[in-house]
Amino acid sequence: MSENKQELQVAALRNGTVIDHIPCEKLFTVVSLLKLDQMDSNITIGFNLKSKKLGKKGIIKIADKFFDDEEINRISVVAPHVKLNIIRDYEVAEKKEVQMPDELRDIVKCANPKCITNNEPMPTLFHVIDKENCVIRCHYCEKEQKREDITLL
Amino acid sequence: MENRSLVTIANLSKERILYLLEMAKQFEKNPNRKILDGKIVATLFFEPSTRTRLSFETAANRLGARVIGFTDPKVTSSSKGETLKDTIMMVSNYADIIVMRHYLEGAARYASEIAPVPVINAGDGANQHPSQTMLDLYSIQKTQGTLENLKICLVGDLKYGRTVHSLLMAMRHFNPTFRFIAPEELRMPAEYKLYCNENRIKYEEHTDFTEDTIAEADILYMTRVQRERFTDLMEYERVKNVYILRNKMLEKTRPNLRILHPLPRVNEISYDVDNNPKAYYFEQAHNGLFARQAIICDALGITLDEIK
Repeated sequence: MSENKQELQVAALRNGTVIDHIPCEKLFTVVSLLKLDQMDSNITIGFNLKSKKLGKKGIIKIADKFFDDEEINRISVVAPHVKLNIIRDYEVAEKKEVQMPDELRDIVKCANPKCITNNEPMPTLFHVIDKENCVIRCHYCEKEQKREDITLL
Repeated sequence: MENRSLVTIANLSKERILYLLEMAKQFEKNPNRKILDGKIVATLFFEPSTRTRLSFETAANRLGARVIGFTDPKVTSSSKGETLKDTIMMVSNYADIIVMRHYLEGAARYASEIAPVPVINAGDGANQHPSQTMLDLYSIQKTQGTLENLKICLVGDLKYGRTVHSLLMAMRHFNPTFRFIAPEELRMPAEYKLYCNENRIKYEEHTDFTEDTIAEADILYMTRVQRERFTDLMEYERVKNVYILRNKMLEKTRPNLRILHPLPRVNEISYDVDNNPKAYYFEQAHNGLFARQAIICDALGITLDEIK
């Protein structure tokens, strides 16, 4: 335990959520998707940390904040393999992986310029039709998009 | 309130489709009825479409409804920057039902979600055009006596042609065999072939449009090959005269074959075909009237029993 702590690259957390294994280039997208910039909690953001899996990774530690699944699943669109550790009293109380939700409401921009959602002040809505490969279909224009084409609102 | 809007035909059940076709049949027997007396139908055409608009307005008029609307969005507030939502909310105050053509894809779905009255999609960009599909189905059923087990050739622009995509999806209930005949650049998109596989729809693909490829067909569904669809204009020059139906190509075809086309036609059906009894495209357009009478009445909650 104490050995582990010495190796920690970011200060330990008493209670809260650790979001780990974030690809570096997605780190700040995750920050904005979770609206961390509007939060009052004590937040530590680690950038370009060493990682065995990813080479470099990002990590976010948010004190005294526990996300509900809907909030956290928003980030599945950009970073599907992110790991979540729920910390209570310095211990990992629960581990979670993000999951693609069935619907994405007002998160993704439709890639079709002729879609009504790009021309009218209205929320977007996508149905996730293939969670594995992240294929989504616009509820309105019915065009499909893959992960590579996805732009966030 | 149950939303009775018609946005797409893709999700309609077999029973629903057959029910609407039966309604259309009743209207063909007697198209002039005053069952919509006192009702107001709004036709909002954000993009011009003479044929579809006249057909819907005739359908409404023959049922005794009154029609309001516009045919040119330049004269409306949308040219002043009014949102679609505001236009729809305003018109919903006046009309019992809205028939809308819009140049943006998904506009009809959105309108149907916000409008307190039913919305009929009369075409939203390249997306859906369900009343065209209903009249296509009606024409097929009427000329073949059934929708089941037919051999259907789809010819021309199968990449961008929304009428062929909607027809393909609606036919999934009826065990069809399709033959897709298109130039390389305008082939049926992979997503629709996948749809065929998922729904066990049989199909073959051809790039040659000849007497032999259409000899077995019950229905020949022609579409326009448009120059602006080609990235390679050499390819267009090469194929533009290949996808033209000429009367002599019909000699070997089945006696029950009928030729459909969503119109307008440019040169893809030679004029010498018009007098062939197998040419059906003008009657097909006429059937649009009955199909649209059925669609309007159904959206307003009028049942088949009430019109029999």
